[in-house]
Amino acid sequence: MADTQRPLSPHLQIYRKQVQMMTSITHRATGIALAIGTLLVVCGLLQLAAGEESFNRFKGIIGSPVGIVLLLGWSWSLFYHLCNGIRHLLQDAGLGYEIPQFVRSSWLSVAGSIVLTVLVWAYVWMAGGAA
Amino acid sequence: MAEFSLPKNSKIQPGKHHPAKDAKKPRTFRIYRWSPDDGQNPRIDTYEVDLAACGPMVLDALLKIKNEIDPTLTLRRSCREGICGSCAMNIDGTNTLACTKAIGECSSGDVKIYPLPHMPVVKDLVPDLTHFYAQFASIKPWIRTQSPAPDRERLQSPEERKKLDGLYECILCACCTTSCPSYWWNGDKYLGPAILLQAYRWIVDSRDEATGERLDDLEDPFKLYRCHTIMNCTRTCPKGLNPAKAIAEIKKLMVERRSA
Repeated sequence: MADTQRPLSPHLQIYRKQVQMMTSITHRATGIALAIGTLLVVCGLLQLAAGEESFNRFKGIIGSPVGIVLLLGWSWSLFYHLCNGIRHLLQDAGLGYEIPQFVRSSWLSVAGSIVLTVLVWAYVWMAGGAA
Repeated sequence: MAEFSLPKNSKIQPGKHHPAKDAKKPRTFRIYRWSPDDGQNPRIDTYEVDLAACGPMVLDALLKIKNEIDPTLTLRRSCREGICGSCAMNIDGTNTLACTKAIGECSSGDVKIYPLPHMPVVKDLVPDLTHFYAQFASIKPWIRTQSPAPDRERLQSPEERKKLDGLYECILCACCTTSCPSYWWNGDKYLGPAILLQAYRWIVDSRDEATGERLDDLEDPFKLYRCHTIMNCTRTCPKGLNPAKAIAEIKKLMVERRSA
């Protein structure tokens, strides 16, 4: 046996991006996004407590195009984590383990999160804007 | 912390091209190569194979390459009928057995072939399964009893025997385990789908009397609970088994005995 350090075979780089794997990775990512988004909410609350002037400044930042993109991403993260979280709860109960079932439920999480995000933003815009 | 990129010595370089002469039905195979002897990084060699003069399975093409184009290509194979599990590898992006995967089933374009993912490579398509087998031994995959041995076989009812269907067929090819991202990041401590399916096979065996101990052994944040129901295992199993379901059943038994 040659005295050579064995290489590690490629993994994430070469594995087919199948829907059940991508929804799982996205579940993690949205969980992290939600944690960061919650800090944003805490910021907002602190600004609110600090008085009208600072809260207006916070509203200005969050109402800017960058702020809206962040809010949009955060709300989608929330709904995706919710939908896919329900899916994982059902799986923990032993349901949906056949291949067609979990492929379908993975896509349902994605579709459900987009529908819920669109509904909320449609409501926000109809009720008079985000900020 | 999970290491998402490959270590320096594992980064893949471009390799050699082996064109086919006067091929009637050429198909290109892109194959992972690494030799412990030349001090080089892994590379991807491309081989043009004439499918007009080749069997239908990916293993047929690999053996044709080894026999006729490049005898240094190294792979494991034995039964060529999906029962030994030796030729498990990553073909066309998912883990499967080269002997039961038809070339025609691969998506259009070049056929990409890698060793089982996130494993130490012995040579080319041969991964080191030492740790995998050690994990298998750790679950004590044999019947364990306290009661004295009867004069005859330990009997099972047809219903009890039926519980082993979908479990006993596992050939330990490691396709499922090495498709699991959780195993990629925590394979040192997480047992992975194949070994957990095997553990469940003994847990539900009516003749085994160590069910409680088996569950005790698995009650661990890493051994069992790194399964996050990603489902790559079930999607990729070349025998059509459902390791994710077996793991879910173990988790359910854990809850049931706690509330009992």
